[in-house]
Amino acid sequence: MIKIQSITKSFHDRMILNDVSGTFEKGKPNLIIGASGTGKSVLLKCIVGLSKPDFGQVFYDGRDFYEGDRDLKIEIRREMGMLFQGGALFDSKTVEQNVMFPLDVLTKMSSEEKLDRVNFCLKRVGLENVNRKMPSEISGGMKKRVGIARAIVNNPNYLFCDEPNSGLDPQTSVLIDDLIQDISEEFDITTIVVTHDMNSVMGIGERIMFIFKGQKLWEGTKDNITHSNVKELDDFVFSNKVMSGLRGK
Amino acid sequence: MIAEIGKYFMFLGNLFVNREAFRTYYRLVMEECVSIGLGSLFLVALVATFMGAVTTVQTAFNMVSPLIPKFVISQVVREMTVLELAPTIIAIIFAGKVGSSMSGLLGTMRITEQIDALEVMGINSVSYLVLPKIIASILMYPMLVIVAGVCALLGGYIVGIFAEVITPNDYVVGLRYSFNPFTITFALIKSVVFAFLVSSISCYQGYYTHGGALEVGVSSTKAVTNSVIAILISDYLLAQLLLAQ
Ligand SMILES: Nc1ncnc2c1ncn2[C@@H]1O[C@H](COP(=O)(O)OP(=O)(O)OP(=O)(O)O)[C@@H](O)[C@H]1O
Ligand SMILES: [Mg+2]
Repeated sequence: MIKIQSITKSFHDRMILNDVSGTFEKGKPNLIIGASGTGKSVLLKCIVGLSKPDFGQVFYDGRDFYEGDRDLKIEIRREMGMLFQGGALFDSKTVEQNVMFPLDVLTKMSSEEKLDRVNFCLKRVGLENVNRKMPSEISGGMKKRVGIARAIVNNPNYLFCDEPNSGLDPQTSVLIDDLIQDISEEFDITTIVVTHDMNSVMGIGERIMFIFKGQKLWEGTKDNITHSNVKELDDFVFSNKVMSGLRGK
Repeated sequence: MIAEIGKYFMFLGNLFVNREAFRTYYRLVMEECVSIGLGSLFLVALVATFMGAVTTVQTAFNMVSPLIPKFVISQVVREMTVLELAPTIIAIIFAGKVGSSMSGLLGTMRITEQIDALEVMGINSVSYLVLPKIIASILMYPMLVIVAGVCALLGGYIVGIFAEVITPNDYVVGLRYSFNPFTITFALIKSVVFAFLVSSISCYQGYYTHGGALEVGVSSTKAVTNSVIAILISDYLLAQLLLAQ
């Protein structure tokens, strides 16, 4: 479980996040949603420690990330896996080397063990026979999947995904969403997914946090998102035609 | 400017905290050595050979007095190339070739979030990415300078003979005449300093790239400019420190 408290962050006197608190539960995807530019990515970066909040705390199963010393930070980091928006694969390494990388650097496993683990993870995300390909030779959706494989290869306790399905076709999006949900349940991972895709929200949104202009305005599930009585959330949810149709009913 | 230099030193400080296992670094350093050393060998040899050749011809052209013995030509070539041209001019070439590519690589890794990915894995991205490059530069650049020195003297020899400005015998006599071995030591000290400056400054510029492809280009340019400035300033300071009696 990850708990955040009063996260506040400004860039050049412009407040991006204003006092955001909440909890993210184990074993399921926790969604952070909101319009473009509201600070979702900044919030995620504050949670994983890529960008230090001006104020506020992040607890990983009770361990205070920012108060901890360097060793604690590294210990927590080594329990994290992260899928970046663009995949962030190392482009000088093959798919196999990319997925194996965390094992190479962080563990003392033997080569066979590592290879087994890599192949297991690649298979888990539905990729086979791409081990020797370079990141530049595979499609965007495949990159995302390799990114997921790399994020889960070292058995993380915490998984972070920044817009896992932006730029993907609806079918692949659903596949990726389901994959994230399955993996979270299967390995009991605390997963945080940043998205602005309503399809994902309605698909895997068991726990949703809605961010608007740097503030948390609403929290709930996909079942009660359509009758929240928060105007900003309604604007966000019903911006698309299908959803507006739902509202009419 | 001052803030920038402070940030650079903090960056250097980060190199030595929380490193990974030794074997990880060993492999990375070897890979960098191959790419830095072998990758620059041809260009360095080419430039150095021509440098030696041109220095020979020009020195010969300027020495019109029959009172000056011919072997002075190769003595001048030796002093100029070994002491100044090989370490310094090759360092500027090194900045243009190796420095800009280091900065471009790190800049690209930064904007495509590959550096963030390393950080999230709990790896110190500064020491993982930058330390091997600096170590490999410090190991390989002095060797390149030695190659450059040899090539320059060889280039001078060949041209001197073909252009008939000096006999082979005179050339060799000149090379050995009142030779002070400290010039070699001095050249190697300079090479180590230049290698460190070029690699660390270039990596610093690349590592702190913000934005997109445009900024990666800007970082590479800055890496070369700042490296060259640092080379020239430290060249002067070292000469003052080590040569002035
Ligand atoms: N390093 C930074 N320096 C200055 N401003 C920043 C920085 N990072 C983000 N911002 C600003 O913070 C705001 C929120 O950005 P953020 O990337 O979190 O948006 P987002 O909610 O993730 O949007 P999207 O859905 O488009 O990805 C933006 O207005 C952006 O300009
Ligand atoms: Mg974003």
